[in-house]
Amino acid sequence: MFSKILIANRGEIACRIIRTAQKTGIRTVSVCSDVDINSPHVELADESVNIGGITSAESYLDINKIIEAMNKTNADAVHPGYGFLSENVNFSDAVEKAGKIFIGPPSSAISVMGDKIKSKKIAKESGVSVVPGGIKIINSVEEAIKEANLIKYPVMVKASAGGGGKGMRIAFNDKQLKENFNSAINEAKSSFGDDRVFIEKFIQEPRHIEIQIVGDQYGNIIHLGERECSIQRRHQKVLEEAPSVFVDDVLREKMAIQAISLAKSVGYYSAGTVEFVVDKNKNFYFLEMNTRLQVEHPVTELITGIDLVHLMINIAEGKKLNLKQEDINFNGSAIEARIYAEDSSRNFLPSIGRLTRYIEPVSKGIRIDSGVVEGSEISMYYDPMISKLCVYSKDRKSAIESMVNALDRYLIDGVKTNRDFLSNIFQNENFINGKFSTDFIGKNYAEGYNSEEAETHYFDEICAIVTFVHYKYMQRAASISNQVKGFNRMIGSVWNVITSQKKIRTKISFNAYNKNYDLYVKNKYFKVKSDWKIGFPLLSALIDNKVLYFEVSRDGPRYTITHKSTKMTMIVLSNEHTALNSLMIPRKKKDTSNFLLSPMPGLLTTILVKKGQKIQEDEPLVIIEAMKMENIIKAEKDLVVKKIFAKEGDSLDVDQSIIEFEK
Amino acid sequence: MHDILKKLNKKRELAVDGGGKKRRESQHKKGKLTARERIEILLDPGTFEEWDMFVEHRCSEFGMDDQKIPGDGVVTGYGTINGKLTFVFSQDFTVFGGSLSESHAEKISKIMDKALQVGAPVIGLNDSGGARIQEGVSSLAGYAEVFQRNVLSSGVIPQISVIMGPCAGGAVYSPAMTDFIFMVKDTSYMFVTGPDVVKTVTHEEVTHEELGGASTHTKKSGVADLAFENDVEALFQLRRFMGFLPSSNKELPPTRKSEDPADRIELSLDSLVPDNPNKPYDMKELITKVVDDRDFFELQPEFASNILTGFARMTGSPVGIVANQPMVLAGCLDNNSARKAARFVRFCDCFNIPIITFVDVPGFLPGTSQEYNGIIKHGAKLLFAFAEATVPKITIITRKAYGGAYDVMSSKHLRGDVNYAWPHAEIAVMGPKGAVEIIFRGELGNEKKIEKKTNEYRERFANPFIAGSRGFIDDVINPHTTRKRISRSLEMLRNKRLTNPWKKHDNIPL
Repeated sequence: MFSKILIANRGEIACRIIRTAQKTGIRTVSVCSDVDINSPHVELADESVNIGGITSAESYLDINKIIEAMNKTNADAVHPGYGFLSENVNFSDAVEKAGKIFIGPPSSAISVMGDKIKSKKIAKESGVSVVPGGIKIINSVEEAIKEANLIKYPVMVKASAGGGGKGMRIAFNDKQLKENFNSAINEAKSSFGDDRVFIEKFIQEPRHIEIQIVGDQYGNIIHLGERECSIQRRHQKVLEEAPSVFVDDVLREKMAIQAISLAKSVGYYSAGTVEFVVDKNKNFYFLEMNTRLQVEHPVTELITGIDLVHLMINIAEGKKLNLKQEDINFNGSAIEARIYAEDSSRNFLPSIGRLTRYIEPVSKGIRIDSGVVEGSEISMYYDPMISKLCVYSKDRKSAIESMVNALDRYLIDGVKTNRDFLSNIFQNENFINGKFSTDFIGKNYAEGYNSEEAETHYFDEICAIVTFVHYKYMQRAASISNQVKGFNRMIGSVWNVITSQKKIRTKISFNAYNKNYDLYVKNKYFKVKSDWKIGFPLLSALIDNKVLYFEVSRDGPRYTITHKSTKMTMIVLSNEHTALNSLMIPRKKKDTSNFLLSPMPGLLTTILVKKGQKIQEDEPLVIIEAMKMENIIKAEKDLVVKKIFAKEGDSLDVDQSIIEFEK
Repeated sequence: MHDILKKLNKKRELAVDGGGKKRRESQHKKGKLTARERIEILLDPGTFEEWDMFVEHRCSEFGMDDQKIPGDGVVTGYGTINGKLTFVFSQDFTVFGGSLSESHAEKISKIMDKALQVGAPVIGLNDSGGARIQEGVSSLAGYAEVFQRNVLSSGVIPQISVIMGPCAGGAVYSPAMTDFIFMVKDTSYMFVTGPDVVKTVTHEEVTHEELGGASTHTKKSGVADLAFENDVEALFQLRRFMGFLPSSNKELPPTRKSEDPADRIELSLDSLVPDNPNKPYDMKELITKVVDDRDFFELQPEFASNILTGFARMTGSPVGIVANQPMVLAGCLDNNSARKAARFVRFCDCFNIPIITFVDVPGFLPGTSQEYNGIIKHGAKLLFAFAEATVPKITIITRKAYGGAYDVMSSKHLRGDVNYAWPHAEIAVMGPKGAVEIIFRGELGNEKKIEKKTNEYRERFANPFIAGSRGFIDDVINPHTTRKRISRSLEMLRNKRLTNPWKKHDNIPL
């Protein structure tokens, strides 16, 4: 039994591992870089070692520093979490050499599975299905047809030097293949100067589904079911769920058998994950094996009731697996959403800064793995994930509903987040119906997601709530002291909610008998009950016996309400004032098309162009230093500089004009 | 009898008609409301009591005797804002371009006199082409009558000006002497001499907007306190603003119920001040986390932003906030920030509004431009203002309080009632590095020694405990308890009485 373990990681996963260790009576040591000195994972651990450094390479990736910290604190074992050193053979070897224990699989397994070619070969040998084809170069149409019939249609002709879809052709039968093969070769040649192509099975509507396995050092291996991770953005998982809506008992069994057989073939122990791609006909093929605890492990824990970290520790201690396959039951449905500090309306650019306000949704059926608190800094040096929000419910439908509500109750200020983007995915019909594949985000959110421009199905509810909020503010303003008599301050009941596009009539009155607010939006009636306190940024209301959650802020006369992935800014006025307000001329938005605007806040270090200079596309214009990184801003097209607004050494706000170009 | 009532109605209609439909429409086309429409938004519905609707000018020159419009270009009277008595005049641009005649000025003077007598604020909505030229010196006399009243009312009742159209020449001096000036973006401007004169005299080509628009006065000159998007928004914000002010200097500021707990803990404040003393942080986060409902009504946000000023509430009662902003110029005091804060402090003191000062100040901004422009006297204004103020004064030193700037920022020595410091505070004559470079001037080449001595100095002086040992600060507090400690101090000081020696008036270094 370990008496002390070191966690060679940071953020939420470090906190999560520390909690399990502490629950089982093991003392914990955390390590931190200079940036992370005040982080929760440092506070939470029994001991902490500042290993110095700022970047990952200088800190969490430095094997010597970690081993040194283990020696210094007399830790028996190390848990690497995920990322950083978790799949680094040099590290697991170094740990062993230092006479300590690596909480994870044997080095040999890490090494084999870390090699794409070796792992595929071993998989094939141990009877795991791999994507057919793709091994040899095809030189002629005849050869192609032969190969295609071997691996069965549909197939894809792919350029060997390829990328970006060029030189790629899909064929569903001999005829199509005949038609397309030569054009694929020609395109490969013209695009890459290399006409070698190969043929691979084309996976239709691919889904990413993985099997969690866990085994001890005595050859006992069981599986804990699957997780579906098809919702990805540029191969980065965005959300994960267990069980998969697409997997039935038969498929699960088939996949699990292969996963276990693969694990056994490499003498695997500890927790591991075998990733598969599954096509629309439920054919599945091996992708890779992850020899570590996965980011998305909580969904498996939620539906099985098993603490994977605890198991990993037990196994590393040499204990026998105390579970048999038949002990494993899958109950309910769990979903994880990865909350990132990023701007979904600006190409998912990481957003860094201090979490000036941070309130997690806490309630039954919600698990949040986070490594931040209010006041934490999201730095540019590490992954900008803030937390993993997990929900658990009796079935997928109610889990999704609970997730949407949880996101509405999750307040994060100070950085931009993908919260509303996630919420929108969870409200997508196809997602709800389980009809999706790995191209879901590319297809539905090619331009990212902007909650301020999004349509909403809850417009009426938002109007009702903003009227309620305004009414509360008006009532309080009218409750001020030092009033004069004889001028009764009446707060009206009829209001107009005015957005940039619409004007909606609402009516509010307080029903003293049952303590509701009776609200009408146009002619639609809402019974609203809420104990919201003025100034609090989150509002929950019982609207027609359903609890809904809103984020509320006020800036002068304008209210901003965010609800179910839509953010709306409105003013609320009486009829008389609405008429007067309609006389106001909307401010014209400045045409910024011929301006260079600062894409980020930072320091303007260098201006590379002069007034009147002709610039060609891609020519560098200015250099902006943001958080110690140099960003070279280039011309998007041929331009002529008309005016330069900033000078070197200026600090820039986001969207501040730097250069004006001739039209 | 019936006919008489009809006649009254007719007369009233004529007055309400103002400059006529066409001129009203032209006003609307510019995105501006009429004088009466503005009052309709400013005051609680149905509370406006209008006076002098039938006043007409007495000018007969240049054919003016044929052109008489009842009201004469300004609507005056009183009403309530959230139930509180408020006097208002609203210039009517549709009548003679809102120009100021003798009788126009008399109307304004009348309500100002009454406001002063009863102790209620005066709000002026300015939209005027200037003096009624046809009247000559009578019009100028009218301005001066208003000026005189502005001065006599100053410090007795709050006076607020909203510039909602042109305001040029002598006309600017009435708003200039009121307590706050608000402007409307794009549709208002203020200057002493207009672009035409400027061009003749200095050959500068400048637009109305560049010379005296809202942006100029809220960013460059600091003449205006805030600029708003349009008339409607300006008036709604003005209503909110008035909720912070007492009706006169004989009243305490108005209170209202607060649902925000007085002892609310904000753990994140413990991590607000970065470990690196040269790294900035946003002082606004502290302000919003301390005050009721995170509601901070900031004034002059874009002028001298190295100091923050504005109103907020603590457990329902208004307070004035003054705070160094480390995000801008490291929170240094300079000419503009000293002037900005000094005027704000004096307003609070006039009207019994307690002042909370958050201090993180590395000193005064060095440089010729500062010295040539009189930092000595401008800095002294802020010192003077804090020193003479007798309202409750609570000071929290969050980080740096160096040198003379420490004294200035509502220190114990200037009769600060409660002076607290966060544990990060460095209360010293200057930063450790600078101090050591002076003390060990002869050994500047010896970098090792200098570094050692710097660390020694930091260890010894860069903390709040030396000041604490002298009683210059009353306690070193946990940042997360700041709201609670301030709330309790304010309650303790509720009945504070302190008077300065009798004088005709002081002689602040203007």
